[in-house]
Amino acid sequence: MVERNPTLVVLGHAVMWLGLAVVVFPLYLALVAASHTPAEIIAVPMPLVPGGHLIESFRSALVGGSEGAGSTAPVARMMWISLVMALVITVGKIAISLLSAFAIVYFRFPLKNFFFWAIFVTLMLPVEVRIMPSYKVVADLGMLNSYAGLTIPLIASATATFLFRQFFLTVPDELVEAARIDGAGPLRFFKDVLVPLSATSIAALFVIQFIYGWNQYLWPLLVTTSEDMYPVVIGIKRMIAGGDAANEWNVVMATALLAMIPPALVVVLMQKWFVKGLVDTEK
Amino acid sequence: MAAISILNVVKSYGHGPRANRVIHGVSAEIADGEFVVIVGPSGCGKSTLLRMVAGLEEITGGEIAIGQRVVNDVEPARRDIAMVFQNYALYPHMSVFDNMAYGLKIAKVPAAEIRQRVDKAAAILQLQPFLARKPRELSGGQRQRVAMGRAIVRQPQVFLFDEPLSNLDAKLRAQTRLEIQKLHRELGVTSLFVTHDQVEAMTLGQRLIVMNAGHMEQIGTPEEVYLRPATTFVAGFIGSPPMNLLPGRAEGSGFVLDGGTALGLPQGAPRSGAVTLGVRPEHADIAAGDGWPLAVEMLEMLGAERLVHGRIGPTPFTLRVDGTREPPRIGQTVRLLVGAAHLHWFDAADGRRVG
Repeated sequence: MVERNPTLVVLGHAVMWLGLAVVVFPLYLALVAASHTPAEIIAVPMPLVPGGHLIESFRSALVGGSEGAGSTAPVARMMWISLVMALVITVGKIAISLLSAFAIVYFRFPLKNFFFWAIFVTLMLPVEVRIMPSYKVVADLGMLNSYAGLTIPLIASATATFLFRQFFLTVPDELVEAARIDGAGPLRFFKDVLVPLSATSIAALFVIQFIYGWNQYLWPLLVTTSEDMYPVVIGIKRMIAGGDAANEWNVVMATALLAMIPPALVVVLMQKWFVKGLVDTEK
Repeated sequence: MAAISILNVVKSYGHGPRANRVIHGVSAEIADGEFVVIVGPSGCGKSTLLRMVAGLEEITGGEIAIGQRVVNDVEPARRDIAMVFQNYALYPHMSVFDNMAYGLKIAKVPAAEIRQRVDKAAAILQLQPFLARKPRELSGGQRQRVAMGRAIVRQPQVFLFDEPLSNLDAKLRAQTRLEIQKLHRELGVTSLFVTHDQVEAMTLGQRLIVMNAGHMEQIGTPEEVYLRPATTFVAGFIGSPPMNLLPGRAEGSGFVLDGGTALGLPQGAPRSGAVTLGVRPEHADIAAGDGWPLAVEMLEMLGAERLVHGRIGPTPFTLRVDGTREPPRIGQTVRLLVGAAHLHWFDAADGRRVG
């Protein structure tokens, strides 16, 4: 039902603007903070209009070596670590989930149901629950402070496997049979038919998993101890020294803004596919 | 091109005593270039039989040979067959051209030859304007033609059709039926066609295999199946409206219906005792005299003809008369005459034809 009532239109817009303000104001404040010197920021009241030091803040964040009390590692390196981590996790998750869903749906093998349920049950165990044993394994394998340690334990994904399984189950049996008659073997069918048909789901998962990987905090906190392997999310935290030390809030804010750019880009660029993947199934 | 021989084929699901047997020993010989239709009600095993020929279902027992080669353990792709599915099963993300070319690409046919074969098939099926389109941009009839095109380009020994016309509307179905017939005349490829629609079966098939509950009831030309049905099932399944079946007892030169009505016969029954008498609706005629008494209950005007529904004694009986003739009145009892040539006798117990 669409009602054209002037009061409701005004109210609707008011709610939207309010929501927008709630979302945008902190971002604006971060931008303002990044454009002042540390001394200006801690002044009371805090300035609400941008100052003139924006570029300096970003430069000292990216290159590092500012004079803050916390970590002063260069953010450019951290961004790179984060990007590699997010991409490896995302691509790894999608690849492994596609293959395991393919196995579960299209092959008959002993204990198939057991494997499916084993995967399914891990859905209910988030990383935090298994974090101690995972850490032990990674540490014993000598993977601390490495890309492998950052990514491999996070790649296995019951959610994505389950999602692809559900999608594969909706692919008509006749399509499989037509491919068999056409002479396509299992991998050929997977590559030529299943993966192209899953394209939109893959895109949606890519967006979700990229943000998941980029935002990882607890796990990198455990497995990285040296500054040159910090992802940016950890980096922000390490820049803030505890106690009364003087933090360079402008650099912290600049780093936070930098850290938001890649996930935002992924969402913006893939939005069309993302929505398509969640809404329609192209069959 | 090749003949198909189906020898005592059995299909069951599951193992041991709890196995569920769905096809009970079917045998048929299909000649090279023949068009055979497998027809039966849903669940009779007709599709399963076809899928066993295709290699999509395992054969539990018996043997299927395509052109002298036993194919029981041969992969579908190596059986030299092509199949058209009920829902077409086109690859949704591929263009019409790619859909038709996919099998050839896998078979590593050179690109130029693929192009040429697809173009030729597209010309036969009038699909040239659509080669670059995706299946979802096509109508049901066009998709159906793409599915046939995919079968044609493979130049197989055998075409298998699994109810390919069921998803089309009535007009398109009639048209496509003719196209399939034409195609078969042009290409002359051995074809097996599964349908539940008797009109399709009668019009397309050079021979029909009528199936019921996993058994083959009859194999024969449309004329044989219609004019000399082998069992009461075939008599009741083929023909619309179906053959009237009157259960009763043959005694001397007469026939007594269950319920006691005695009917005179133009000539004696082939055997006495419990039998079922079959009469096609168009083979009885209203006449003066002492024919069979039909109490008229309902009339249906179909245009060229009129159906008269009624009862002889307790048994329902349908009569087909010329639409231009004066119909009997509802409630009236008319007398029917049936020629001796049009009486079909079946065993009352197992339904097999006895004369």
